[in-house]
Amino acid sequence: MKHIKYNIKHKKQIVKFMALILLLAVSVPLMTGCGGSKNGSGEKVVLNVYNWGDYIDETVNDLFEEKYGIKVNYETFATNEDMYTKIKSGAGKYDIAIPSDYMIKRMIDENLLNKINLDNIPNYKYIEDRFKNLAYDPNNEYSVPYMWGTVGILYNKTMVNEPVDSWKILWDEKYAKQILMLDSQRESIGVALQMLGYSMNSDNPEELEAAQNALIEQKHLVLAYVGDEIKDKMIGEEAALAVVWSGDAIYCKRENPNLDYAIPKEGSNLWFDAIVIPKTAEHQAEAEKYIDFLCDPEIAFKNADYIGYSSPNSGAKEMLDPSLLSDKTAYPDDEDIKNCEIFQYNEKLIKIYDEIWTRITAE
Amino acid sequence: MKIRWISTPYIVWMIMFTVVPLLLVFFFSITVQTDEGITFTLENFKKLSEPIYLKVLWRSIYLAFVSTVICLLLGYPMAMILAGTDVKRKNVLIFLFVAPMWMNFLLRTYAWLTLLEKNGLINTVLSLFGIKPLNLLYNNLAVLLGMVYNFLPFMVLPIYSVLSKVDKSVIEAAQDLGANNFKVFTKVTFPLSLPGVASGITMVFMPAVTTFVVPRLLGGAQFTLIGNLIERQFVLVGDWNFGSAISIVMMILILISMGIMSRYETEHVGGGFFG
Repeated sequence: MKHIKYNIKHKKQIVKFMALILLLAVSVPLMTGCGGSKNGSGEKVVLNVYNWGDYIDETVNDLFEEKYGIKVNYETFATNEDMYTKIKSGAGKYDIAIPSDYMIKRMIDENLLNKINLDNIPNYKYIEDRFKNLAYDPNNEYSVPYMWGTVGILYNKTMVNEPVDSWKILWDEKYAKQILMLDSQRESIGVALQMLGYSMNSDNPEELEAAQNALIEQKHLVLAYVGDEIKDKMIGEEAALAVVWSGDAIYCKRENPNLDYAIPKEGSNLWFDAIVIPKTAEHQAEAEKYIDFLCDPEIAFKNADYIGYSSPNSGAKEMLDPSLLSDKTAYPDDEDIKNCEIFQYNEKLIKIYDEIWTRITAE
Repeated sequence: MKIRWISTPYIVWMIMFTVVPLLLVFFFSITVQTDEGITFTLENFKKLSEPIYLKVLWRSIYLAFVSTVICLLLGYPMAMILAGTDVKRKNVLIFLFVAPMWMNFLLRTYAWLTLLEKNGLINTVLSLFGIKPLNLLYNNLAVLLGMVYNFLPFMVLPIYSVLSKVDKSVIEAAQDLGANNFKVFTKVTFPLSLPGVASGITMVFMPAVTTFVVPRLLGGAQFTLIGNLIERQFVLVGDWNFGSAISIVMMILILISMGIMSRYETEHVGGGFFG
């Protein structure tokens, strides 16, 4: 969900398709000849990296191989939950994964992650202090920030003639059937909670019920609850307002200059994707080398420039194009995000969220 | 002896990929995971009987039923046309009818998005005639359209295969005995085609009642159907027990409907599951 590419619109589908082919290609020799010796003398170590689709400048992996002689086997996932299921079930043995904040907390809680020795990551010094000691990993033991961003409202300036600064605009009858919400229980319920002035991490039953009722009340105004198509829909001017991740907003704004992005004053979701080492990792030392490599300002710049998301790396930011750096969609001021919250994983809420969502969508 | 040896891989396959998974789903459906371990319970089924889930179940069955009826009404004449034309034209018609199925199901559904959306093909054409854009996408009708479009071949082909085997002399005999075309159809052709109709209905109803892609893409995820509910329990919520319970109920419903349908199929050679 949180990744983009500038030139090819449907890269994502292509990437998924390629991933499938790759999987097949990988599994065939696995099934036929299980003889391939791992780590045999003189053989290269293979580092298994699991990341969001299209969430890296892939030349980076080649550079890593060149520098350290470690081959990178790169695989991609589409949602945090896909990644979690695969790692938890043991279906994939990865040395590196890049999940989001709440998922990192969940994986720490379920003992699915190895600790990272920061002494082996000298480039960690480039990570800005404000991205350290965050709630999902308070002592920086398990994760190193990779990208960050916000959730906000993407709107079409030709269809919306008033300032957009509040979630309340998504409940305005004027925009009936012109509003796109995310097909994500977490994000949509979070939006409703914040619109009502509550914390998006609320577990108070009354507040959750109020959010549920707000979403039911809003339903007749909503054109659709969509996932990745939201970008194409907004670029194609199918709707006036949409809830999006900031990285998608940057992409959409480049494709269609009529679009603009706002972080509502009630606050929104401040999210982070960070690099972790799953318990199943077989190459801890090499994985730490890889993390250090990703934190190298040159490399972090390459990735930030290619992906377009906001980098937490101070060294990389210095190299970025000033026009991107001054774009508040990508690098908002502290003032803009002062009300933003980070999602906290709460196991008990998952079922409640799904029940709320079923009630909303059963009407 | 030889035949039994040949069947071994199939039996192993079926045990591994049908029997064992079915037992697992059943096991999950009657248990819950608590801090003390796994306990047996009917809680999952009780949860499913809450009004909100019954509503979801009802909507799924209703939509699947309507799309099956539409498929039958559209498909039967099509099957008759196919069965009635001469061999040369028949092959071309069947080719044209089946060719879209060679394309991926998702792609075909995505194509409808492009046709139906606000700035899509249909609305663009309409606007040439000064008609204001219609809301074609993201409603129940769009979901129905998607189901009918995708599942229609499953209705036509079985009916066609039965109709094309009907002995022409039977129909001629009816005509000789003075039956008009309508009578021939109601008294001879239709009853003879019932096995095809029955398997057509099952083949459309089953995928329609469990689909989750069509309501998500064409319905804009505004209406949870039973397929969406099951998917979410496994992928998002991680409540495999509840997800399994829904699946079991779904399977029982399908089994019952197949049982009813097979009454018609048993008269046909080859029979149904209960034949």
